[in-house]
Amino acid sequence: MVYLTRKCEFSASHYYHNPEFSEEENRRVFGKCANLNGHGHNYTLEVTVKGEVDAKTGFVVDLKELKEILNCEVLDAMDHRHLNKEVPEFRDRIPTTENLAIAIWKRLESKLKVAQLHRVRVYELPDLFVDFYGES
Amino acid sequence: MKAHLTRRYIFSASHRLHCDELSEAQNREAYGKCNNPHGHGHNYALEVTVSGQVDAKTGMVCNLADLDGTVGGEVLNRFDHVNLNQCAEFEAMVPTTENLSEVIFHILKQKFKAAHLERVRLEETAMNSFEYCGD
Repeated sequence: MVYLTRKCEFSASHYYHNPEFSEEENRRVFGKCANLNGHGHNYTLEVTVKGEVDAKTGFVVDLKELKEILNCEVLDAMDHRHLNKEVPEFRDRIPTTENLAIAIWKRLESKLKVAQLHRVRVYELPDLFVDFYGES
Repeated sequence: MKAHLTRRYIFSASHRLHCDELSEAQNREAYGKCNNPHGHGHNYALEVTVSGQVDAKTGMVCNLADLDGTVGGEVLNRFDHVNLNQCAEFEAMVPTTENLSEVIFHILKQKFKAAHLERVRLEETAMNSFEYCGD
């Protein structure tokens, strides 16, 4: 079993706001992130897949194929977008880095045919990242 | 759904690696330059990984302000800009980064209850790092 990680970057805006909370509670729980005018980040995404190395190609996964899936499922959908307003997963879910990692996992899992998805790591900042390893 | 969240912190401290039970020659052999009697320092990068179910209302594993508060109050206040050899934790233990990782893990395990502590990773320099996940 070999693990392969592909990295890409995207930039997006978001805010954290739960309509079930009072304004005061939103500010207390989410701090500056509750500002409804939003703010943005340069996100770094690391996608790790695993599998046996194919005897003929020497690949765990066709990188071109993986790149196309990442472009289509993540970058086209999220790069230079407002996560709350333009990404359907966040119509009724807060676009925290935790939920973003889960949403990206779900988008990729169904598209990857050859290798198995092992980990989705999303950096919101160089000093903050979330790992998701699938349902549990 | 369970997610892992990692936060990175920086602190600077000095230390000298020296074991009283070893001879001077043995200390020099074991610790090399790190045995210099006057000590030396590092900018340590600490990564703290916690895990837990993502809360349906907040979308968070835990509140970052709580994690920052605990790491700030219990770890950074204790070890930033100090000589590790002078710290109570290292009275009877060599302040290697292995030992420092373990000490920090146990402090956080005791003090941070809002999520499960998975791992402490400590970079001593850009070239070497140590991880401790508990016994």
